[in-house]
Amino acid sequence: MNPALTLAEAVGIVVPLLDDEMVVHANGYISRESCQFADRPGNFYMIGSMGLASSIGLGVALGRPERRVVVFDGDGNVLMNMGSLALIGAQQPRNLVHVAFDNEAYGSTGNQPTISNRVALDAVARASGYVTVRRAETAAQLDTAAREVLARDTATEPSFLLVKIVPDRETPSVGRIPHTPPEIARRFMAAFSSPSPQPSPTRGEGADIDEQAVPCPAPELGW
Amino acid sequence: MVSGADFVRRLHDAGFDFFTGVPCSLVSGVIATLEERGGYVAETREDAAVGLAAGAYLAGKQPVVIMQNSGLGVCLNALTSLSLIYELPCLLLITWRGYRGKDAPEHLIMGDILPSLLTTLKIPYRVLTEETLGDSVDWAASKLRQTSRPAALVLPPGVAR
Repeated sequence: MNPALTLAEAVGIVVPLLDDEMVVHANGYISRESCQFADRPGNFYMIGSMGLASSIGLGVALGRPERRVVVFDGDGNVLMNMGSLALIGAQQPRNLVHVAFDNEAYGSTGNQPTISNRVALDAVARASGYVTVRRAETAAQLDTAAREVLARDTATEPSFLLVKIVPDRETPSVGRIPHTPPEIARRFMAAFSSPSPQPSPTRGEGADIDEQAVPCPAPELGW
Repeated sequence: MVSGADFVRRLHDAGFDFFTGVPCSLVSGVIATLEERGGYVAETREDAAVGLAAGAYLAGKQPVVIMQNSGLGVCLNALTSLSLIYELPCLLLITWRGYRGKDAPEHLIMGDILPSLLTTLKIPYRVLTEETLGDSVDWAASKLRQTSRPAALVLPPGVAR
C-alpha cells in the first residue's frame, strides 16, 4: 500500500490527540509543521543538532518519569542516531512515545533520498527493545495507532510509531520557528508546572493557542 | 590520586544529579562508582550524551557528561547548535588523552588542541589537579549557573582513578 499522507496531514491527526505531553521535535519541517498547526508551550523545537531529538526526549523522560514525553522524529534523524533507539530499548522508560514521520527523504534540503525505503525503522525499534511498535500508512491506520500509543491507561512504553508519509512535492508554505532557542527552552521548562492547553488546529481557523506566538516568517529554502 | 567515590561525592555535593557519557580508562573509578550507585546512563555516543543531558536539564536536572577528549570532536555540533544556543548547561568532564604528547598516536592531535578547541568553542574550563579538584568542581557549578551554558573540567592522567 502506497502511503498517501503528507507530513501536515499526519501532524494534524496526531497533535489533536495530545493532552499535557511534553513533545520534543526533530529539526526541519517536523518542527515547522507542528509549530504551525499548534504552537504548544510544551513543544521543544530542535532547530539544529540533527539526530538528537530522541536523545533529548529520553533525557526529559528520565528526568521527569511522571510526565509523558513524545518525540516527533524523522527518518533522517533516526538513521543519524540509531544508537539512541538502542539506549531507549535498554533504558525502558515507561513514559516515552517515539513517533517517526518517515518520508524516506531529507525534506529540508530538497528531498534527497534517505535509506529508510530499504531499512524498516519499526523493525529496528522492535529489535532495540521498544515494548510497543506500530506502523501506519493511511489516515485511518494512523488515527488508530496514535490513539493506542497515547492512551492514558492501556499504552505500554517505550513505544515506537512509524508513520509512512509522502515527501512534499513542493516546498511547504510553513514558516520557521518564531521563537529564539532560549525562549523555546524556557517556556518548555515552565510548561512542566503549567500543563499545556488542549491543542486545537490553528490552520485556517485563526484560533489563538499561544498569546506569545507570532506569525511564522516566510519560508526559506534550506536550513 | 582522587578515588572515584571521592570524585563523585564532590560532584554530588556541588548539586550534580544526572550522569551520562562514554567511558575513558582515566575515569574508570568514577564510572564504576556511578554504576554502583545506579542511575548512570551509558550512552552510545558523546553527542547523544550531550542531547540526553540537554533533555535532563530541561526536566530540572543538573547533568554531567563524561567523555574522553576524542569524544569532544564527536559533540561539536551538539554543543554549538543545541547546548550553547539554547542555553542548556551541562558539566563536561573530559579526560585528557595525548597529554603532553605522550600517548598512542590516535590521541596526539586532539591532546595537543584540546585547550584551544575549548577556547574556540567559548566553553570555560579548568584543568583538574588532585589539590584543586574540589574548588574546580565548585567553580564549574557556579559557572553553569551564571552562564546557563556548558563548562568543562579537563582531567589529565594521574589525577583520579
